[in-house]
Amino acid sequence: MSAATVFGLCGAAVVGLGLYGLIVNPRPLRKILAFNLLGTGVFILFGVVARRGAAAGFGGDPVPQALVITGIVVAFSATALAVALLLRLFQAAGATTLRGAPVRAPGTEPPGD
Amino acid sequence: MSPIPDMVTTTGAFLLVLSIAVPVASVLLAFAAGGRQVERIALMTMPLGLVIAVAIAVGLQRTEGPLVYLLGAWAPPLGVALRADGLSAVMIAITGVVICAVGMFARADFRTPPGSLEARAPFAFWILLLAIWGALNTIFLGGDLFTLYVALELLTFSAVPLVCLDGRAETLQAALRYLLFALLGSILYLVGTGLLYGAHGTLDIVLLSHRVQAEPVTLIAAALMTVGLLAKTALFPLHLWLPPAHAGAPAAGSALLSALVVKGSFFIVVRLWFNVMPALPGFAATQLLAALGAAAIVFGSIVALRQERLKLLIAYSTLAQIGYLFLMFPLAFSAATAQLDSGGALTGGLLQTISHATAKAAMFMAAGLIYAALGHDRIGGLSGIGRALPVSALAFALAGIALIGMPPGGAYLAKELLLQAAAETRQWWWAVAIQAGGILTSSYVLLVLAHALAPADEPITLQAPVSRIGEAAALGLALCSLLLGLVPWQGFLPVAPGTAATPSVLAALSSTFWPALGGAVLAIFLGRWGGRLACISWGEAITAAVRPARRAVLALVGTIECMDGMLREWPAAGLSLLLLAILFGAAMLAAW
Repeated sequence: MSAATVFGLCGAAVVGLGLYGLIVNPRPLRKILAFNLLGTGVFILFGVVARRGAAAGFGGDPVPQALVITGIVVAFSATALAVALLLRLFQAAGATTLRGAPVRAPGTEPPGD
Repeated sequence: MSPIPDMVTTTGAFLLVLSIAVPVASVLLAFAAGGRQVERIALMTMPLGLVIAVAIAVGLQRTEGPLVYLLGAWAPPLGVALRADGLSAVMIAITGVVICAVGMFARADFRTPPGSLEARAPFAFWILLLAIWGALNTIFLGGDLFTLYVALELLTFSAVPLVCLDGRAETLQAALRYLLFALLGSILYLVGTGLLYGAHGTLDIVLLSHRVQAEPVTLIAAALMTVGLLAKTALFPLHLWLPPAHAGAPAAGSALLSALVVKGSFFIVVRLWFNVMPALPGFAATQLLAALGAAAIVFGSIVALRQERLKLLIAYSTLAQIGYLFLMFPLAFSAATAQLDSGGALTGGLLQTISHATAKAAMFMAAGLIYAALGHDRIGGLSGIGRALPVSALAFALAGIALIGMPPGGAYLAKELLLQAAAETRQWWWAVAIQAGGILTSSYVLLVLAHALAPADEPITLQAPVSRIGEAAALGLALCSLLLGLVPWQGFLPVAPGTAATPSVLAALSSTFWPALGGAVLAIFLGRWGGRLACISWGEAITAAVRPARRAVLALVGTIECMDGMLREWPAAGLSLLLLAILFGAAMLAAW
């Protein structure tokens, strides 16, 4: 088993963990962390792609590495935005749940008919 | 060696750079200037952007193929290309029009109050508006799947804060749900690009289209990318974030989100299926995609009919109309060549996209004006609006008529093209779905109009004066949607010359009459009337006649509403996402 295969399997496992957390865990902060885990797994996969494409005598294909750097920047901004929203939600509602009451304007009647 | 077409910079292609650089530069400038300058900079950018959009359309007419700009003169696969074909030009133009109209509308809501140097909501709104514009233009022009990923993320990051501009807990929650689900979608798209690069060594759309073959890794990548984009487009059953986000945002924000933002990820689906891999998806995958669309139409429309608030009704209508967009995929599939043809069906789908963009923006603006004037947007409390706010009601009505697909609207032409494609490819079931979609659309439009045009029980006192510019913007967009069918599209979209939106009187009448009649019946059966039906002179008779049947239908509808609630739970939506990825993968592998 080559190093690239081992890394690929590790990346896939990390993706699986992140996906599980993002879908199953109800708490938003855990979801944000799970998203980061998921992203890390995907970046490892990009690394494997870079290594596999390195047959031409280079140490690694530089394009996937450039993509990973961009991807990390994007994931970082996403995390920052999500955490900022979460903090505001905590300030406004005193709790951070995504499930809560449906959006309902004050003064609407209960569903009739 | 002669250069490959689409791989050299064409004349006039600097316009493509300008259409991205101008909004982005304005964002930076506005951010640096701050205060009252933000609104001024945004408003000055708008005519400039519109001129660039028109210039791109004109430039495209003059050249044979697409406009191409190679960034830094590096040719793909090493460099990145911007390309504008007919689809891009049309989308850029309509985006410019909608953004300008929303900007005019938003001047009343997002003015920095006199006396203060800077207010948070206006500052954020104008910058986000420009950022959405820049991100969308990048999506329409990007010639590289990774550029599209970055643009898609920029679009999401500028759309999410629009949802929670008012800072209420509900809207913050809606924004967070939207962001997290969109991130799940975009990471699936990113995995797909990684796999494609690993298999083919390029992400350039034109190069990829020559290199892709039906092999497992490509098909899996296609399935993952498609499902990720569907999550961002909120196609049923991945719509958990859309209703609260679109209904909770301020009116101008809702208009942008519903009209433009969901179209960004939809456009990438079109690029992926029609440009990158037209031969790969196969019959089964196109049918699956359209089946989701048909389910979205039925679910979205029925749940829309049962809403108590106007903005939620319009948000669910967006859900249904998104489903309508996906009906074009099987109709574009040609059995002879076993691939997706860029023909009449694609044109129909794209016309539906732009008609919905204009009409839905107009609807949300009209709803916003009504909300501002009444202080609420309960559908049951709309009576008398037709007299008190005639222009807003007219804008809503015209936008609704355009959305139903009555001539000469863009949606009418789209419907004709799609029906024609359904007849040619002998897929009568999608013709049924298209007609049913028209009837369902007219049912909720009629429901709102019936309430709005009913005489008021007591004279309405308006809580705030109505913004005349806002009304003009809403009415203008509604008219724009209604006149889109008359534009000569031949220069931009693949369309047969014989098709025109000026049908014979008889055909026009029948295409107007049947949806209206079916819609009225549905609205009477399913709508919330709250005893209002009985007020009409012959309402008593109707109520008595339909009561037993209505009760049975409402039980069924209750089940649908309940299912909608369950599907909008996070775990259910997440599992549907994974299930759809597997289904799409299986459908594509089966075709292989």
